[in-house]
Amino acid sequence: MNLHEYQGKEILASFGVKVQRGIVAHNPQEAVAGAKQLTEETGTGWHVIKAQIHAGGRGKGGGVKLAKNLKEVEDIADQIIGMDLVTPQTSKEGKRVHQVLVAEDVYYPGPSETSEFYMSVLLDRSKGRNMIMYSTEGGMDIEEVAEKTPHLIFNEEVDPAIGLMPFQARRIAFNLGLSGNAFKEMVKFVSSLYTAYVKSDASLFEINPVLKTSDDKILAVDAKVTIDDNALYRHADYAEMRDLREEDPIEVEAKAAGLNFVNLDGNVGCMVNGAGLAMATMDLIKMAGGAPANFLDVGGTADAKRVETAFRIILKDTNVKAILVNIFGGIVRCDRVAQGIVDAYKNMGDAINVPIIVRLQGTNAEIAKELIDNSGLAVHSAIEFQEAADKVQEVLK
Amino acid sequence: MSVLVNKDSKIIVQGFTGSEGTFHAEQMIDYGTNVVGGVTPGKGGQEHLGKPVFNTVSEAVEKVGADTTIIFVPPAFAADAIMEAADAGIKVIITITEGIPVADMVKAYDYVNDKDCRLIGPNCPGVITPGEAKVGIMPGFVFKKGNVGIVSKSGTLTYEAADQVVKQGLGITTAIGIGGDPIIGTTTKEAVELLMNDEETECIVMIGEIGGQLEADAARWVKENGNKKPVVGFIAGETAPKGRTMGHAGAIVGGADDTAEAKKRIMSECGIHVVNSPAEIGKKVAEVLG
Repeated sequence: MNLHEYQGKEILASFGVKVQRGIVAHNPQEAVAGAKQLTEETGTGWHVIKAQIHAGGRGKGGGVKLAKNLKEVEDIADQIIGMDLVTPQTSKEGKRVHQVLVAEDVYYPGPSETSEFYMSVLLDRSKGRNMIMYSTEGGMDIEEVAEKTPHLIFNEEVDPAIGLMPFQARRIAFNLGLSGNAFKEMVKFVSSLYTAYVKSDASLFEINPVLKTSDDKILAVDAKVTIDDNALYRHADYAEMRDLREEDPIEVEAKAAGLNFVNLDGNVGCMVNGAGLAMATMDLIKMAGGAPANFLDVGGTADAKRVETAFRIILKDTNVKAILVNIFGGIVRCDRVAQGIVDAYKNMGDAINVPIIVRLQGTNAEIAKELIDNSGLAVHSAIEFQEAADKVQEVLK
Repeated sequence: MSVLVNKDSKIIVQGFTGSEGTFHAEQMIDYGTNVVGGVTPGKGGQEHLGKPVFNTVSEAVEKVGADTTIIFVPPAFAADAIMEAADAGIKVIITITEGIPVADMVKAYDYVNDKDCRLIGPNCPGVITPGEAKVGIMPGFVFKKGNVGIVSKSGTLTYEAADQVVKQGLGITTAIGIGGDPIIGTTTKEAVELLMNDEETECIVMIGEIGGQLEADAARWVKENGNKKPVVGFIAGETAPKGRTMGHAGAIVGGADDTAEAKKRIMSECGIHVVNSPAEIGKKVAEVLG
């Protein structure tokens, strides 16, 4: 589950990680009130207004702006809230901004120069261990840094039984070129950041930039936090942070129905049991000259109700010109699935107005094919995988 | 010969009396698998499906000599069940459970690494040696005995591949479902290595998907070891968009090197017979076996 910057910072702060402070606002009035309050609490003169959407690169799209007085806070908030923010990580239509974070200005002048770093905590899949990835090149696109200057990216692997050791935190602070008070602050920052990662059941922390202020404080200026969905059952408070407005409404509906669904922009819908076979089916659609309109794993129990729900969800996409159902019946009997399809078809009446190709293989596949062929419905049946692909090609012509 | 499980394996079911455990244990027993009992804490001393129920895995090892386990325990308790099995001296731990928190698996993975055991999964369909033992949730009838080994991250795609192989008049030595999670006990490379060292296996089918480096690692290993047996490979997810999780928690394209295309390219370079169409796995196996 992805979180907004302000939510991620709340979680970090709850574990003692120092963050750039801010107040969420849903309209310009709240933004002004928040700015006043923030000035009282932190003494900040200027404010940064940051759009809160689930996508990076917000600054590039005009979603992060500096306000030097309350009039500017109001004007900028007014301009950003309600806009469709386009960033390198959003679609070309952009994402609607519903709220902004009014944050303190942390780039104030002082005794030393400010510097920006990159830091993330994530799972190293090849080792089955967490690692801290960090770089002196903060505030930039890390993929670009990795490509152009890979020697400026460092990794610190953490032993799961022992946790992050103090010498590792010191090594990170040294590698970032810090000394004196900033060094000590970074050691504390890294230690509390790792604790927060483990205790919050996160699957990604990306802090870009981590800022060394001109008075040698270390702060998280941004926070991309992803929580492991499988662990949400033990974090009811985080589960409430889910912002459904950031998710595709069709995917939200599918999830509520227990279907694993990802919306894509092709013209052939598909309904498959099992994630691997679903991806393979999408690939086959492409080879047949189409493009998959979705990923959909109906799971182990493809009964009439689920099949009908799946059809309804696929058909919400008006680009869909055909639907391919691909079920490998193991424990699930194909004739049951076939009956489910026939029932769903009859229930939905005229709602199904595109050709459907049904490929059922495995337990009772022959009986299932007969059932479909004798139903009188405009359904093309197939048993072999290739046969199904050929039929997709045929109907697309 | 075969790998991991055979007719002599002494298998227990953890989460034996639950609905999933009961359903699949019954199917396994019907198949002829040597299930010697099960574990459900608090129900020790009872009998279930005609087999003894134990409170702990240690007790099952002690009393019926269990050496293999299959885990159907719910996600919140599954990592603990894995560690209990490893602690009790079980040699092969097959974990079917889907949805285990990653933080729990980081710990369990570290724990079993120090023990003399092999973890398969989690989030996998299990392992089957046709005619001998079905330790998983796969439909047994699809798998006929033969000389082709299968390694796969996915359930139904494994059945699909096995079905295609069988329809070519061939059969399976052992099919290993390694699972689709970000952390799994046995990697593609390790599973391929087991089959490479199995005398009966003459050809290996390796089915992967987007995300991670497992298939590339396995391909490089195959090449370094002189391509002793032909390997047929397929990677699902060519059409999957970047940054979206496709059903399996581990199936997500993170960078340029874990796309289906990148993996297929590396596999081809390493001498693996890559098929672009998932419908051509069986045909390719028949072709390379001549």
